[in-house]
Amino acid sequence: MKVLMFGWEFPPHISGGLGTASYGLTKGFVQQGDVEIKFCIPKPYGDEDNSFLRIVAMNSVPIVWKDVNHDYVNSRIGKVMTPEEYYRYREHIYSDFSYMHTNDLGCMEFAGGYPDNLHDEINNYSIIAGVVARTEEFDIIHSHDWLTYPAGIHAKQVSGKKLVIHVHATDFDRSRGNVNPTVYAIEKNGMDNADHIFCVSELTRQTVIHKYHQHPDKVSTLHNAVTPLSQDILDIEPKKIPGEKVVTFLGRITMQKGPEYFVEAAAQVLKKTKNIRFCMAGSGDMMNDMIRLVAQRGISDRFHFPGFMRGRQVYECLKASDVYIMPSVSEPFGISPLEAMQCDVPTIISKQSGCAEILDKCIKTDYWDINAMADAIYSICNNDSLYEYLKVEGRKEVDSITWEDVALRLRRMYEKVLGW
Amino acid sequence: MKTICFYFELHQIRQLKRYRFFDIGSDHYYYDDYANESMTTELAEKSYVPALQAMLEMIKESNGAFKVAFSVSGVGLEMLELYAPQVIELLHEINRTGCCEFLCEPYSHGLSSLASKEVFMEEVMRQNRKIKELFGKKPKVLRNSGLIYSDEIGEMASQMGFKGMLSEGAKHILAWKSPHFVYNCALASNLKLLLRDYKLSDDISLRFSNPEWSEYPLFAETYIDWIAQFPEEEQVINIFMNLAAIGMAQPLESHILDFLKALPACAAAKGITFSTPSEVIDNHKSVGPLEVPYPLSWMDEERDASSWLGNTLQREAFNKLYSVAERIMITDDKKLKQDFDYLQAAENLRFMTTKQNGIITERCIYESPYDAFTNYMNILGDFLARVRAQYPDMDNEELGALQQMIDNQEVEIVQLEAEVEQLKAKLAAKAKKSAKKEEAAAEAEAEEKPKRKCGRKPKAE
Repeated sequence: MKVLMFGWEFPPHISGGLGTASYGLTKGFVQQGDVEIKFCIPKPYGDEDNSFLRIVAMNSVPIVWKDVNHDYVNSRIGKVMTPEEYYRYREHIYSDFSYMHTNDLGCMEFAGGYPDNLHDEINNYSIIAGVVARTEEFDIIHSHDWLTYPAGIHAKQVSGKKLVIHVHATDFDRSRGNVNPTVYAIEKNGMDNADHIFCVSELTRQTVIHKYHQHPDKVSTLHNAVTPLSQDILDIEPKKIPGEKVVTFLGRITMQKGPEYFVEAAAQVLKKTKNIRFCMAGSGDMMNDMIRLVAQRGISDRFHFPGFMRGRQVYECLKASDVYIMPSVSEPFGISPLEAMQCDVPTIISKQSGCAEILDKCIKTDYWDINAMADAIYSICNNDSLYEYLKVEGRKEVDSITWEDVALRLRRMYEKVLGW
Repeated sequence: MKTICFYFELHQIRQLKRYRFFDIGSDHYYYDDYANESMTTELAEKSYVPALQAMLEMIKESNGAFKVAFSVSGVGLEMLELYAPQVIELLHEINRTGCCEFLCEPYSHGLSSLASKEVFMEEVMRQNRKIKELFGKKPKVLRNSGLIYSDEIGEMASQMGFKGMLSEGAKHILAWKSPHFVYNCALASNLKLLLRDYKLSDDISLRFSNPEWSEYPLFAETYIDWIAQFPEEEQVINIFMNLAAIGMAQPLESHILDFLKALPACAAAKGITFSTPSEVIDNHKSVGPLEVPYPLSWMDEERDASSWLGNTLQREAFNKLYSVAERIMITDDKKLKQDFDYLQAAENLRFMTTKQNGIITERCIYESPYDAFTNYMNILGDFLARVRAQYPDMDNEELGALQQMIDNQEVEIVQLEAEVEQLKAKLAAKAKKSAKKEEAAAEAEAEEKPKRKCGRKPKAE
């Protein structure tokens, strides 16, 4: 089975869960053997793991015919694409895009990530998708998240193949109801044109059905999973402060993640005990508000903001923690609690998180119920049996949630959509 | 002749309220009065009252052929006294017919039999007195909470003077043996065991109204036929269940009362009688000892203690609670003793079970086992602090030592008193002697006195 996937990020250059999920899903999928994936991303850096799939660098696919020689192409984009591929794509330029802003190779540059001119980049991405779809051979198109829906639709129109889209989040999650009309329009258009829609949780599926008015039969849930930790991460020595417990929040400090509920719960806990420290790792537009709130509650001596963490730092921070908490107000899935559980950390999540649907060995509370949250924190920190139980059983549970299983479901759904 | 022994459990725990950790130390009231009242009245209205009325009717209509046994936990009795006294009234009425027997059980409906012999025996005897006071007869047969039984528990029961105990006819204990005989405890041959026929019991309490069950709808004739078809020598059919099964688990609309009411006539037609546990024990010899090294119960498929003590959370809560058992035994604080009763109730631990057996576990106000654990441990935190405040800075060994010291002191006091007596006697003898001496001396002095006086006078002058 050949799949053309459109994505926006891919490890190691990621800014959220989308890249991690794209990696896990594709890696789990190729384990099946008879699978070939072409994964398009706007701006690869050349150090992506392409051992199991082919990464298509969208910023190296020409849309304007330029007469360039082999060596020059190799020196310019050799890191991410061979000159042969470049020439193959050049054969399939389908329209005169010379009015567009292109470089010396006839390609469009991408800033990467989520820049201010995101809407232009989405549009450019879908123009390039037209070239790719005309060049490549594939059975089905799979678009990850709204940024790539227009590209998916374009590829579908060009090739006549079926389109499935993968909803990793909706604008309702990001904005808590105040949706951006442009984003909503792109999302809705993608869903309307898709032959099937995957959602990362039942929670998201309900949003797609009710807010985007999709037929329930067309929408199915495909929960995320986690990739097993590598040995060097497993080997990280947990740095624990003797006699003290650490409760960690790790994520973007934005409205969606409910950081203020964490601060309030911490204030409740600190009224009763003094041997617990709280850590809010990450950055975001609510960070300064949170620092102020912590000061207002008079708990700054026990509440810490270590800032944005990446890669290994994340795991060091998790391993040093005794409790992980994710009080998200609205979380389509939320991979981070699963990662915490992999690091043997007892976890508290909000019921409004998609991952709550598949996790059982963790404590679930309503995001607004700071009393319940405080109670759960206190209980884990003070009752060794609960700590041990959630640590051991949580690890067991999360180890059984694999991308291979998810990919098997994905395969069955592809086959259903294709009528195989 | 075959006989059916019906036994029903009446029990209602005192529900704990939502208790956050910041209440520890400031709030010492742990119960949800509203839930307790509404749950008890609901239980009484939907189940206990109609079921007991039906049984009263059955006794009267069968001219006393129908017999039944009950046990009401002490905590359950308190709840009924408080919120549904009409149930106790009905029990009295059934008691007056003489066709019913009240069994004894641990007052708290807790698991003290697995934790502390002293606590277990104390609360069983307390319940015994309560039942005697209320229904006029001292129970002779014991049933433990959840029908938990092991050889050791049987031995304790025998020591307390019980002649029989109820337990589960669990397959892993009986193997090829049949529950339709009377057995005896392996460690105390004078304690007889009545074993529940779980198939026939569950047919009524679990499956009666289930339309997917192959035997649905079950009629009294069929049921009695099953019993009549057992081999001739299998004479005792023990049908034990929670009374709440009638009316709650099996709603009254399922005609379960009609089924029950039809039983005496059907049984009579087949020559099957009804007996109370005491009658069974008196009329049947034990066929042999039953070895039960590990506790068995009537809960879940495993029929062991795992639904209360299966995971580490349950075991920690259990161990923490009974860690103060010694202190509770010696305290005079009535409020503490009462709280200890309520906290012991086995359901509190059952709410924390993480077993996945396909059946949805009833967890009351709790959403998850962790929630139940957290709430219980918060309450326990406050309770333990109160107990510790009474006996600060002391571990159990020290406490034992202290108890020992107090006992020793008594002996010592007796000894010392004896010694004092001895010394007193000696002293008295001495005093007598010295009195004599003194007398003599006084006499001598008296003789001397005038001389002295004379001698002194010149000085004064």
